[in-house]
Amino acid sequence: MKNCEYQQIDPRTLVVSPSSAQKHTEKEAERPRRKWEVFPGKNRFFCGGRIMLARQSGVLPLTLGLIVFTCGLFFGFDCSFLVEHLTVFIPMIAAVLFLFVVISLLWTSFTDPGILPRATPDEAADIEKQINTSGSSTYRPPPRTKEILINQQVVKLKYCFTCKMFRPPRTSHCSLCDNCVERFDHHCPWVGNCVGKRNYRFFYSFIISLSFLTSFIFGCVITHITLRSQICKSLVQAIQESPASVVELVVCFFSIWSILGLSGFHTYLVASNLTTNEDIKGSWSSKRGADESGNPYSHSNIITNCCATLCGPMPPSLIDRRGFVPPDEAIPAASASEIELPLFTAKNDAHMVG
Amino acid sequence: MAETHSLQDMRQQAAVAAKVFIQRDYTNGTVCQFQTKFPSELETRIDKQQFEETVRTLNNLYAEAEKLGSQSYIEGCLACLTAYTVFLCMETHYEKVLKKIAKFIQEQNDKIYAPRGLLLTDPIERGLRVIEVTIFEDRSLTR
Repeated sequence: MKNCEYQQIDPRTLVVSPSSAQKHTEKEAERPRRKWEVFPGKNRFFCGGRIMLARQSGVLPLTLGLIVFTCGLFFGFDCSFLVEHLTVFIPMIAAVLFLFVVISLLWTSFTDPGILPRATPDEAADIEKQINTSGSSTYRPPPRTKEILINQQVVKLKYCFTCKMFRPPRTSHCSLCDNCVERFDHHCPWVGNCVGKRNYRFFYSFIISLSFLTSFIFGCVITHITLRSQICKSLVQAIQESPASVVELVVCFFSIWSILGLSGFHTYLVASNLTTNEDIKGSWSSKRGADESGNPYSHSNIITNCCATLCGPMPPSLIDRRGFVPPDEAIPAASASEIELPLFTAKNDAHMVG
Repeated sequence: MAETHSLQDMRQQAAVAAKVFIQRDYTNGTVCQFQTKFPSELETRIDKQQFEETVRTLNNLYAEAEKLGSQSYIEGCLACLTAYTVFLCMETHYEKVLKKIAKFIQEQNDKIYAPRGLLLTDPIERGLRVIEVTIFEDRSLTR
């Protein structure tokens, strides 16, 4: 049969107008849903999908509370004395550091760490087919792993049963969030989110600025108490006059060790282009004892590694939280973007997951 | 066969015969590159050179997006100094290149792939994992 089974249709009738789209989708569902509402991982979304957190926010409120509380005490009780006796720059520096810490913390917690969307059913079927018909070679690797060559080094890719795909290199599946995260570093309960490719630089800024902030506050409070005890000629009296300073000292003293240690550790990781996950597993520990650590992702020098990790291009979020779920699964996803639906922002913002 | 099918004509009426997935190529690390190997299912539909040219151009565009050059460093340092608040107001270099890529794929679909009953899906819609090529049933062929 040579004649085409379809007829030429007037293109104007094919344009999906907003009103007809609305009626069409309203028949199938109450309203068009955004992708964050049907997201399969264990995440919580706010502000219409713009902000995301892990399901268990961990101790993020505690982290934020401690920082705000300690800085509040500092500004309230120590700054007046220090401004009088030293310089007005002290509260200014503290304020700048405090803002930087809080903003970095919020960026780390609320940004998509680099979640990989799960494979579509067609993709999953295609991969299954390839696994089952994988050619016979002399050495058959166990099923569900694939060996590839990266920069002349053999790397094994594992198959993720939840996301139904072979995990790209440096990707790991976080069981707490139930997502595969690219360049997975670790799941940080203090921050209430995974730390991965997209928010590692925010996390690093957070711990570095927090190190500076805690050290600065610690130093200032010690100075305050010292100066005060010189004036009153008694340390006990100085402490009695400013009890808040003791609270700050205790908080800072205990946090400084861990924060400085963490900063140092992550500086080492950044310089060698490693993730916490790889370091703990010892994936690239020098087996040959040569200078090269065997890390195929490392650039030639430390500066390049640092720049690449911290100042590299910001990759986009792959999960498209605010996109609309295509109304008909049979239509390829590429067409979903061409059907322009009106934004039901008011309705969507009222719906929060979790 | 000589008739030009518009994309919407095809999607509304043609049935999907198969889907081919072009996987990522990790030989140079985690940068976004796709394999240029020509899949056998497309042999009857499109010229090998043409297809490889498309994939190569896409690879070059992604390399441009992820390039570690002075522009990305300046962007990164500026972002760090402003506590990353520039990400709220400015479009990053990567996002600009992604728009270029979307336009390129649209163009390729309109000019080359749609007339042959094929459709390329933008990899960003598949989490930059695969280039999905949808093969539509070509009913104009003699069966």
